[in-house]
Amino acid sequence: MINGVPVQEHYRDASHQFASAKEGIWLFMATEILMFGGLFVGYLIFHMKYPQMFAEGAQFLDWRLGFVNTLVLIFSSLTMALGIYFCQINQPKKAVWALAITILCGAVFMVIKYFEYTHKFHMGIYPGRMLDLEMLNQHLSSIGKPAIASTNLGMYFGFYFCMSGLHGIHVILGMLMISWCLYRCMRGDFNPNYYTAVEGVGIFWHIIDLVWIFLFPLLYLVG
Amino acid sequence: MAHAAHGSNYLNAQKGLWSWLTSLDHKRIGILYFISVMTFFLLGGIAALLLRGELFAYNVANSAGEMAGQLLPSADAYNQILTYHGAIMVFMVIIPGIPAILGNIFLPLQIGAKDVAFPKLNLASWYCLMAGATLAMFTMFSTKVDTGWTFYTPYSIKSGTAVTTMVIAAFITGMSSILTGLNFIVTVHKLRCPGMTMWRMPLFVWALYSTAIIQVLATPILAITLLLLAMERTFGVGIFDPKLGGDPVLFQHFFWFYSHPAVYIMILPAMGVISELITTFSKKTIFGYTAIAYSSLGIAAVSFFVWGHHMFVSGQSEFAGVVFSFLTMLVGVPTAIKMFNWVATMYKGSISFASPMLFALGFLFLFAIGGVTGIMLAVIPVDVHFHDTYFVVAHFHYVMVGGTLMAIMGGFYYWFPKMFGKMYSEFGARMSWIFIFIGFNVTFFPQFILGAMGMPRRYFNYIPAYEPLNRISTVGSWMIAVGFLIALYTIINGLINGAKAPKNPWGSKTLEWEADSPPSVHNFDHEPVVTAGPYEYK
Repeated sequence: MINGVPVQEHYRDASHQFASAKEGIWLFMATEILMFGGLFVGYLIFHMKYPQMFAEGAQFLDWRLGFVNTLVLIFSSLTMALGIYFCQINQPKKAVWALAITILCGAVFMVIKYFEYTHKFHMGIYPGRMLDLEMLNQHLSSIGKPAIASTNLGMYFGFYFCMSGLHGIHVILGMLMISWCLYRCMRGDFNPNYYTAVEGVGIFWHIIDLVWIFLFPLLYLVG
Repeated sequence: MAHAAHGSNYLNAQKGLWSWLTSLDHKRIGILYFISVMTFFLLGGIAALLLRGELFAYNVANSAGEMAGQLLPSADAYNQILTYHGAIMVFMVIIPGIPAILGNIFLPLQIGAKDVAFPKLNLASWYCLMAGATLAMFTMFSTKVDTGWTFYTPYSIKSGTAVTTMVIAAFITGMSSILTGLNFIVTVHKLRCPGMTMWRMPLFVWALYSTAIIQVLATPILAITLLLLAMERTFGVGIFDPKLGGDPVLFQHFFWFYSHPAVYIMILPAMGVISELITTFSKKTIFGYTAIAYSSLGIAAVSFFVWGHHMFVSGQSEFAGVVFSFLTMLVGVPTAIKMFNWVATMYKGSISFASPMLFALGFLFLFAIGGVTGIMLAVIPVDVHFHDTYFVVAHFHYVMVGGTLMAIMGGFYYWFPKMFGKMYSEFGARMSWIFIFIGFNVTFFPQFILGAMGMPRRYFNYIPAYEPLNRISTVGSWMIAVGFLIALYTIINGLINGAKAPKNPWGSKTLEWEADSPPSVHNFDHEPVVTAGPYEYK
């Protein structure tokens, strides 16, 4: 312990340890972005091949729900940043509140996502091969809309469920990690000299928000 | 215990299995990797011997309808063992091989650090490898996965075997690789001791650093590819499925975008080991230090733009094929830079033919053949002829076994005194080299000829014309097995009966030789201060 900071023995001092940890987090974020990058490349290729399919599929997404979720996540990024800031200026109580609101925003996002998913399942919309075109057309005729003839609509929803699903898993992981920070913050682990965990989880949370900011137009507003 | 008189070292500081399984010491984690990777190597090697055993004789049905010359129960069994051999050797042996064993132990020592940047993550990555490997072994042996290690669609989507579980296992071992790479990058950036500038780092560290960059930047693509394959099998998302407009060739693009750089994850650390061995056993400052360091980074950079050469006959556009062909030949430039610098280092050096140097020289010879045949395969018309023949098998075994495995063995003999504080029998080590080196050539050189004759790879039987060369090849595989058994005996015998190793038995100049043999828990008694480059032989 140096000045109330748990410094591991292979580091010179707290700032050395902090800089190393932060570099590690950023490298890990590079791997996250590249992993989502694979999905974005796939999206790009098939969007060039079948622009019509993407336009058709996007009609079944409610852009208002996506927009609300975008706002929720952007707001949660603000509260996450505040959580770090309050740790830096030694106000752990406020930091606890900021982190709690961030977790709450994540929960709101996931609940909205849950309703979006179940609504699609009710219409017979599943990813890929499992998409039930008959059930979907029955639903469409019941609300007086023309039937869909497309045979590869399932692929659009393959992308939709893979991309938003992988993102959703990351939101849940982020919420768990923020909860861990919240617990440590309540325990009084953090001070202006030591807040590495909050900073690292914060970077993760911002990157996850950033991924959503790309997913929202690509999935909801395309076409 | 002679060293006990001088106090404790990392091997005896704590006792008991639990202290090993929870150790955060990079040297102990390296030993954990060593034990597990060598176990996987044994399993993969047995699979290889079974494959070669099957190919020893041409199978023909006799008058009673029995297959003469058949060793394995069925062609399916051959496919499964082929998958075990490929998946085990690639994901569990050669990729973690040098970085996770020798890199873990010697990267911090060579830059004068007390540990890697994230010791807990280091241990976690070993557990990731073990979890992935356990899952993979369980899946392979219980459900008989038969896709080959490349999991090509559409067969991998249709195969009734547990490809999904297998793919998840590969995902987890990939996670281990990412965490190791991330750890090494931060260690190199942040934990160099005073005076250890980037341009004073040993070339092994430069090689590990370049490897780590590839591990961090390429492995995530494998992760998403494998996840999408798992999704494809579970939900039929359609991205690789032509029925829904998807594209099975896209899987190949994704797969090789990782797996070609992965080839350099396998070979770059080996090149780093060779740089250390050549300079030490020539007693001469390495020739072209900067060029070798930059060529490692160069190979890492080019590696991301050559994946299409695996797909010359997969239906990519001719233009793409031509571009990939030229880019692939570009890899030859930094590789040749290394080769010439190694040879120039030996020129007028005071060369000793100790066993590590024998492996280094074996590397130079075999890797040159592997590299040149690689350039041949980069030429599209040649590749169209050789594609999916034994020529390709021989080529990549010359690079992976003749290159990486020779370097692992050489590096292991080189650093053995430092790792365990004991000397091994030089006679045993040389005997193992003779059997491995000769056996390797006997096994794989005939395969070049077989490939040129048109023998396709991955088949469990062949036409009678291929039989003589296949017999020679199989006999060679037995010689390799004998070589590794001798090596195993030499190592175990050295551990038990070896004489106590001095601090610096080879007269090397890099930092790890200033630590005790074996090093103390904290590596160095005092933080070292570096004032000169790594190979200043006067």
